[in-house]
Amino acid sequence: MKSLLSVALFVFSVVCNLPSQADDISFTRDIRPILSSKCYKCHGPDEDARVTEMRLDTEHGLFETVDAPVTPGNLRKSVLAERILAEDPDIRMPPASSNKVLTDEELQLLTQWIKQGAKYEPHWAFQVPQNIPPQQPRKSSWGTNSIDKYVASRLATAGLQPSATANPNTLIRRLYLDLLGIPPTPEELVDAISLTFNKHGEINRQEYAGLVDQLLERPQYGERWARRWLDLARYADTNGYEKDRDRNMWPYRDWVIHAINSGMTFDQFTIEQIAGDMLPDATTDQRVATGFHRNTMLNEEGGIDPLEFRFYAMTDRVATTGTTWLGLTTGCAQCHTHKYDPITHRQYYELMAFMNNTDEPELDIPDGILDNSYAESLAKATELLQQLPAKYPLKGTELETEFQLWLNQQRQRIRNWIPITPVRMITNLPHLQAEPEHIIFASGDSTKHDIFELEFDVTETEVRAIRLEALPDPRLPNYGPGMTNYEGTIGDFFLTEFELHVDDQPVQMEKAVHSYAKNRYGNQDTSAQLMIDGDIQTGWSVHDGQGQRHVSVIAPAKPVKAGHWKLRMHFGRHFSSSLGKFRLSIATDNKPLSATELPVASERLLLLPDAEQTDEQRNTLLSQFLLQTAELKEQADRILALQTRPRYQRALVMQERPLQNPRPTHRHHRGEFLSPREEVTPQPLNFLHQYPDDLPRNRLGFARWLVSPENPLTSRVVANRQWDAFFGKGIVATLDDFGFQGSPPTHPLLLDHLATQLVANNWSLRWLHKYIVTSATYQQSSRVKTDARAVDPENQLLSYFPRVRLDAEVFRDAVLQSSGLLSLKMYGPPVRPLQPDGIAAAAYGSPKWIPSTGEDRYRRSLYTYTKRTAPFAMFNTFDAPSGEFCTARRNKSNTALQALTVLNDVMFLDIARQFGTEISRSEDSQENKIRMAFVRVLCRPPTEIEKETIQDYFDSLEEQYRAVPEDATILVGIEGSAAIEAAAWTGVVRVLFSTDEAINKN
Amino acid sequence: MKNNPLLQLTRRTFLRDCGVGTGKVALASLLSDAVYASDKKQGSGLAGHVKTHHKQQVKAVIHLFMAGAPSQLELFTEKPLLKELEGQPLPDSILGDQRYAFIQANAGVLGPQFKFARYGENGQEISEALPHLQTIADDICMLRAVHTDQFNHAPGQLFFNTGFGQPGRPSIGSWAMYALGAETQDLPAYVVMNTGSGLSGGAGLYSSGFLPTVNTGIMFRNQGPPILNVETPQGISERGQLDAFDVLKTLNQQQYSKLNDPEIQTRIASFEMAARLQVSAPELMNLTKESQETLDLYGCRPEQASFARACLLARRMVQRGVRYINIFHSGWDAHSNVKGNCSSNCTKTDQASTALVKDLKRLGLLDSTLVVWGGEFGRTPMIEKNPTLGRNNGRDHHPQAYTMWMAGGNMKAGFSMGETDEFGFHPTEDAVHVHDIQATILHQLGLDHERLTYHHAGRDFRLTDVHGKVISKAIA
Repeated sequence: MKSLLSVALFVFSVVCNLPSQADDISFTRDIRPILSSKCYKCHGPDEDARVTEMRLDTEHGLFETVDAPVTPGNLRKSVLAERILAEDPDIRMPPASSNKVLTDEELQLLTQWIKQGAKYEPHWAFQVPQNIPPQQPRKSSWGTNSIDKYVASRLATAGLQPSATANPNTLIRRLYLDLLGIPPTPEELVDAISLTFNKHGEINRQEYAGLVDQLLERPQYGERWARRWLDLARYADTNGYEKDRDRNMWPYRDWVIHAINSGMTFDQFTIEQIAGDMLPDATTDQRVATGFHRNTMLNEEGGIDPLEFRFYAMTDRVATTGTTWLGLTTGCAQCHTHKYDPITHRQYYELMAFMNNTDEPELDIPDGILDNSYAESLAKATELLQQLPAKYPLKGTELETEFQLWLNQQRQRIRNWIPITPVRMITNLPHLQAEPEHIIFASGDSTKHDIFELEFDVTETEVRAIRLEALPDPRLPNYGPGMTNYEGTIGDFFLTEFELHVDDQPVQMEKAVHSYAKNRYGNQDTSAQLMIDGDIQTGWSVHDGQGQRHVSVIAPAKPVKAGHWKLRMHFGRHFSSSLGKFRLSIATDNKPLSATELPVASERLLLLPDAEQTDEQRNTLLSQFLLQTAELKEQADRILALQTRPRYQRALVMQERPLQNPRPTHRHHRGEFLSPREEVTPQPLNFLHQYPDDLPRNRLGFARWLVSPENPLTSRVVANRQWDAFFGKGIVATLDDFGFQGSPPTHPLLLDHLATQLVANNWSLRWLHKYIVTSATYQQSSRVKTDARAVDPENQLLSYFPRVRLDAEVFRDAVLQSSGLLSLKMYGPPVRPLQPDGIAAAAYGSPKWIPSTGEDRYRRSLYTYTKRTAPFAMFNTFDAPSGEFCTARRNKSNTALQALTVLNDVMFLDIARQFGTEISRSEDSQENKIRMAFVRVLCRPPTEIEKETIQDYFDSLEEQYRAVPEDATILVGIEGSAAIEAAAWTGVVRVLFSTDEAINKN
Repeated sequence: MKNNPLLQLTRRTFLRDCGVGTGKVALASLLSDAVYASDKKQGSGLAGHVKTHHKQQVKAVIHLFMAGAPSQLELFTEKPLLKELEGQPLPDSILGDQRYAFIQANAGVLGPQFKFARYGENGQEISEALPHLQTIADDICMLRAVHTDQFNHAPGQLFFNTGFGQPGRPSIGSWAMYALGAETQDLPAYVVMNTGSGLSGGAGLYSSGFLPTVNTGIMFRNQGPPILNVETPQGISERGQLDAFDVLKTLNQQQYSKLNDPEIQTRIASFEMAARLQVSAPELMNLTKESQETLDLYGCRPEQASFARACLLARRMVQRGVRYINIFHSGWDAHSNVKGNCSSNCTKTDQASTALVKDLKRLGLLDSTLVVWGGEFGRTPMIEKNPTLGRNNGRDHHPQAYTMWMAGGNMKAGFSMGETDEFGFHPTEDAVHVHDIQATILHQLGLDHERLTYHHAGRDFRLTDVHGKVISKAIA
């Protein structure tokens, strides 16, 4: 074996005549990436995948075990070297079956590293960042802040120079696009340039910084940066999967915009989104913030197992939290221990346990204006009610007799209901809670077949009727009374069987009536009677009656005796649909079976004999009587409408579960929902910073732990993402992976500088953005340096500013802004710009796309309705995410479909038509018009060649439209000669929108 | 087509640019580069990122996806015992702990609703509901014991098309595109058509997931021009459009000379490709050159969007080098009246599916084209009836065993594999998992499903996760 090894080494040294990098080899930069990608799968953290005990992912495993694979400085005593250099394919590592091969360069690096003493370093990203100054290159005066020193230092090592400052127009456009997501208007452009540049094209730093401050205060800043955050939050306006119905998500989107604009620090921004509901005296805003993790998808397809898809939503939450805050691919540990990073399978579920103890309700957003108008309506209704007796005097009319008859009927009906309270409540899963006034409230998880079993000790001996009140409550989906929160009517229930046993003997029920019943599906019947028919597929539901109280009354075949009652209610159909709030009462009196009731207050008055009624009480009853007469139908409807409480806007939020009903978290074997194993408790990742003892082990504690200053990851991950937003690439290219498999940082010292300074500046992203855009690095020209290509083909060292294609939304907003159409109206429900027919219709149920009208058609793109299964066409073509998973970095493609979109799409055409028509109406000279079009679209005047090209094109179009004026009319929708110029300008504008320059940030 | 000025424009500019130093791209790859390359980090140049792992058997795949899940018990597999035991529940030993979408596990069984016979030299069992398919029994390869992990539509469809039950992973077509790139420079290489109602799985069924977005399937619309925005808007003449392309070229070249960024050349090329698409898409859709005999074979009325037209277009696409074609036909979800459902869907699809195979065969394209027919799962032996939902004589979702067929693409012709128990509930022989079918489709394209990986979110992803075996028994 030894001789084989020496032959191999000999051959190797001959073949690889690479310059020795001995002094240079860094474990972090050179060695761990190789071991990680080629060896860790079997010799890494995953115990189950390890064939032998050999581990190459820890210092202990490499050097300190009995048969340690590496003996520093001694290649021959290092099994690692022996195996990777072996010629025998049965001995050589990695084995052929792994589909992995070490390149010559990798072999050289590994052997050199061992020879040179095998210096080990712990993984850089798991060490607390330090603010270490860069090596100052000699005689460099370049730069404005420390960022530039780090960049210049790396450039100098590669023998490269930074670029000159970009020309003023380019830089101001860049700055606006980056900070606001829209280009400057011509006036803003002129002002900004004259303010920040002298006539030699040199920046006045102070004025430039002042301009930046101004831009950072504009509300559009929050909109621009909210959109980037929403990529991580996987924001969408629909639920996803088959039905993909709408959801109330936009209040969360508005919260993000507002939080950014208000200058909320990133640590607070984090805490509120992960656990805002758990903060002391949490405000509505703080609760809305928890919508971050309500952006998971909800499967509403008929017949699914709701708990299965809740589990998938939880796995999404773990993965998203990992990506967003830790830059760790935690999702890899869902099925087994992470192959590369030190996250065990169990730890994954321990992380999940932090976030798993939640309910997912909707929250009413209080609205003072709505409250006031409702108060007015109520007052009006009361007034109308009180006026009724005076308006319709009874004395001596037929009505008087009718009223008396009615009263008698009502009194015959009314029963002396005795509410009963269970002594015991058992369910298959939901949590039942006794509340005041004999009310029972259900919460927690629910299945497709829930069973509520309630036990009562009843002392009444002759029970002739049982009343079930289904009660509304704002805590329930759509105010209840049901718990249905997907697929069916939200807030409905479906009570399939109502069974009673007394002292273990079944009680036969004879008849049941209801105050209201309706089925959402087809014309099939639903009724209280179907709760006692023995068929589990039929029952009672109250579709379209959400937010109201409904009553059913059930009569036994024979009076029921006192004793130990056991009532069993079955719920559910092809979706879960249990009752959320209810009360049970019994009656012993012998009365006709009825579920019709007056309002509770009037009901009580009926029990008073006529003689004991005050005038007011009698008038109340009289009003009720009048309201049900045929003559007063109109009045009655009006009063009812006034009394109906208007709905608040609701938001999807997280809410910690009540102490009585914690949700256990289990490890799931192979990540499968159906394979839960041992229960786990919330535990932080042990290879990161300490979890302070005084922090609770819950969501709130977890959120604080994420943003604790000792966390080596979050500050780096966040700073890196901001860098990427400006430069199109992170200092760590893998924005979502800071683990062993992630790319090493191109500027490690700079990254740590930014990370530490971000924390030192109170987690202010606004500060960081300013810091970046005021650097000379950011202000460089974007002209590609041909001389840098050989040394730095991907411009990692930033010897010039990297051009970046605009995000879909920024491009659309820029085009709107150039055209003068952009509406700056903020917040509110999503809007629908124009898009081609047939896009929305491709989704389930073939929904229609009805474009918004007025300024809503031209709102900023982040307000565009986002449907997961049928994304907005133009955004989709320009690589916007669909909101189905957390996206740290978008693709930036460059395709023919994009070309077709900008040229031919109805939305772009509509914009071009309006812009073109506007230009055509200007009194200005032709030359100035061209100039103006250029300045508005590209933020610069045209060159001579461009001016000529456009003029020629304009002339040719004009000539064509003169020849066929109908075409002009078709294009711009106006008649006569005005149409010709408008059409020609439309054509010009359309071309300017399509230029590479318009689609990119230079 | 040769005289089309748009095309001439692109040729003209090509020739003109021949000598221009674009640096990054050679002329031959200019177009495909424009369309399929983007993110330099993800690799560019010609679209393919992987050399085929072994000999490529097929150039194109046409996947006839029967969304909603057709009933194997009505179409392919006669189970007389179900007739005998009609109305009785299945034994617990058979049922296991399978979850159901709508029915209770103890529902009674429902007998077959159609008559069956055996066709072709090998006696392929096919029901009377598929009179056309009977005639190509010797050309198709039946898989009679297919099983899947999912029992709901959206997750089932996503699982079949992307290997995962939730949205976000690349589809088979996207993997194929990513690996092999495009044969055609005039049409999108991955096309999706949907001839029924909207899709349960939505755009996730043909999404590129975490692969570069250029690998997304392009949905052909049933109304208006097939490719989005491929038509010059009304009010803009052909010459106006031509000039626009020309002016853009000039302006973008100006920009390039200023900034030197090769990505600008890619943008220029993307507009040239766009111009070509404007010509080639209408040419593709123009069925006037198809003979009446061919139209009749498919049962296609050229002006009407239908499954038949989609099949004929698929054949035309294959002839023009399109690599991967998904045709979705929804409507098989027979929770009630499984007999009527099968009749109506067979009327819509049987003739054209059959015609597609026959047509490819007579054109000599069947060997190099793989046709796949089937749904996301099968249907229960048990009856579905529910008075509240107004359902009767239906069947619920059944992931344990169902039938699919493949044709061409070097699969065994006139072959049948896989058996199920006498209730049609479980496979008893040659069970084939959905991951196996995915592995096989990739295999026929020359790709090894275990080696076709993409690094994302910290690990190497595969279409088949850690599963899947090529169905070598069914390969010729």
